[in-house]
Amino acid sequence: MDVFLNLPVLVQVALKGLAVICVMFPIAGACSMAERKVSAWIQSRPGPNRTILPVFRWVPVVGPFLQKLGAFQLAADGLKFLFKEEIVPGQVNRLYFILAPVIAMIPALSTVTFVPFGASIDHAGRVFPLMLANVDVGLLAVFAVASLGIYSIILAGWASNSKYPFLGAMRASAQLVSYELSLTLSVLPVFLWINAPGTAGTMSLAKAVEFQSQAGFWGGAWFIITMPVSALVFIIALFAETNRQPFDMPESESDLVGGFHTEYGAFKWALFFVAEYSNMIVGSGVFVLLFLGGWNPIPWVSLATLAGWLGIAGHPVLVGAISILIFIGKILAMLFFFMWVRWTVPRFRYDQVMEIGWKKLLPLAIANLVVYAIGIALIQK
Amino acid sequence: MAVVPLQRKPLTFAERTYLPQIAAGLWTTLRHLVKPAETLQYPEQRPAIPPGYRGAPTLVRDPNGREKCVSCQLCEFVCPPKAIRISPGAVPEGSGRDHVEKGPLAFDIDMLRCIYCGLCEEVCPEEAIFLQNQYSMSGVTRAEMVNHKDKLLEMGGTLPDRHFKWDRKKAAEEAGGAHH
Amino acid sequence: MAHLLFLVFSVFSAVCAAGIVLSRNSVNAAMFLLLSLLGIAGLFVSLDAFLLAFLLLLVYAGAVVALFVFIVMLLDTGGGTSPARSLVAKLAGLVALALIAAGLGSFALRGRLAAPGAAGIPAVGASLKAYAYQLFTLYLLPVEIVGFLLLITMIGVIVLSRKEEGNP
Repeated sequence: MDVFLNLPVLVQVALKGLAVICVMFPIAGACSMAERKVSAWIQSRPGPNRTILPVFRWVPVVGPFLQKLGAFQLAADGLKFLFKEEIVPGQVNRLYFILAPVIAMIPALSTVTFVPFGASIDHAGRVFPLMLANVDVGLLAVFAVASLGIYSIILAGWASNSKYPFLGAMRASAQLVSYELSLTLSVLPVFLWINAPGTAGTMSLAKAVEFQSQAGFWGGAWFIITMPVSALVFIIALFAETNRQPFDMPESESDLVGGFHTEYGAFKWALFFVAEYSNMIVGSGVFVLLFLGGWNPIPWVSLATLAGWLGIAGHPVLVGAISILIFIGKILAMLFFFMWVRWTVPRFRYDQVMEIGWKKLLPLAIANLVVYAIGIALIQK
Repeated sequence: MAVVPLQRKPLTFAERTYLPQIAAGLWTTLRHLVKPAETLQYPEQRPAIPPGYRGAPTLVRDPNGREKCVSCQLCEFVCPPKAIRISPGAVPEGSGRDHVEKGPLAFDIDMLRCIYCGLCEEVCPEEAIFLQNQYSMSGVTRAEMVNHKDKLLEMGGTLPDRHFKWDRKKAAEEAGGAHH
Repeated sequence: MAHLLFLVFSVFSAVCAAGIVLSRNSVNAAMFLLLSLLGIAGLFVSLDAFLLAFLLLLVYAGAVVALFVFIVMLLDTGGGTSPARSLVAKLAGLVALALIAAGLGSFALRGRLAAPGAAGIPAVGASLKAYAYQLFTLYLLPVEIVGFLLLITMIGVIVLSRKEEGNP
């Protein structure tokens, strides 16, 4: 740790960026495979289970297992995207066409740095979060940078200079702006509750987790228990913000061919998907941190308590590893939920998306905020 | 028929939030998630062929090992896409089956033209051509997709026969009967 | 380091701001506006005013410019042809140019502005609480006035976009 901190700042930054890329790309790839597998299972079919590297054919148990799981299909797909011919259609605006997938990667990868992915307990018994960029305005930073992701879709749709991508981009920009409001309003009660009068104001995600790991019935309750409406509005808005079904208007292949990425292929197309999955991962991470207790294993049992039970309270590295495992487990559960919903709820019509966003979700979020603001004012008086 | 207007029940509040329905849908998909796959792993697992299946047309032999086709060419005439081509010829003397007047010298079915309609099977007076279980044909050239007589007989194999028409005719002739 | 970052960000936003004005293609102009805003956000970050930086990103870069681009795309103004301007518009442009020149001239002639002591500036942009406190006490009136202006705009838009009844 000290060795790392003694490096020049630029080297540190470069290492952190490299770490993000090295972690997010494989995870996003694995997500695409998980998506195919989960959809196959839900549709009562086995999914990709043929591809295998010749070397693994002779590994007794592991080889067939990985083959059944489609692990090599993932590698094959990735390689295919890399080595395919990069086609740029003739009618496009080349600069923005090539720029759009690149822009998609910026918010997708940089929001990760604001999300604490675990915690550890130092020798003094204090819990400290593990994150790449510890800023006080954590959640605001995630929202702000994530909101830039819209430009990649708009530019992709506009630069493609063809009607379906254009319609997809139109829908995307209207939808993302509409649901951002509900998304932001739904988390306000959480921070109203955390920032009791007299304490230093914060928008830090780590603080939200800290708040859910206190002792006592109300202290240990996750926010999904105390603020179910907030959680509901947040998760619905999150589906819309990440363009997942039933809100995948920008893509909706049945009416828009492929939406904003119709004209894309090969690695540029893959970049859009890495961006989508990494937005999903970050969104799930924020939801877990805010409403599902972050790295606390179950409600009313905090990480520190668990460490006490396991007798590893004095080992910061062990506790950190366990907290990261718990957090990643919860994120994976959320990602599964995303895929599960995808094959359950049919896509909304575009006017329904707008109606849900503006006429249902936004009033609900505002009413929820007002009710909680009054309640919190009465309790914390 | 009288038109009966049905009054639609107004949706309850719970229904208008979609949430109970979504929960029910999630439960359904979850049950499908844990159910075993309904698909077959094709090249290794083959589907069970139901009786009466119309696969590729084949030529069959009777239990005595005689090829049943007498090259009457009815199938060739009835075949809608003209996939069958027969060259009739005499059955060679002394082959033990020369009581049958004719046999095909060549019998080709172009599987690129065949539409598996089964008319050849239906029209055959000798019960010599059958659409059997074979459903998977492949080849890399057009010539490869034409099944010749040997291939057809090999695919067809031997089917049980109830009549032994030609044997009975021969027996009747030998017994001196003009007509059996 | 901080000095260098300040220089980089300020030059970047200034160049992009020039790009907004000079680019013929309206999508390019909107993109320059976005980049300029990003540069300003960078300036805020280098001043440790994270809150302001992210608010700027969230509100302007994330929503307002997105709407600009949305509308630019909807109107499909290809750019390239500038409409003939009326005499009044030309005069107004001249006056604006003169004002900017006068401002720049006075700035250049007066030399360096006296820098206020860094300690004397309250860290309003850095801390959420200080920012909110200032917003709802010292700057309450301007905030309310701006909010009122937005309300008027909203009502105006509703009135303008409403279909006339009985006159379709």
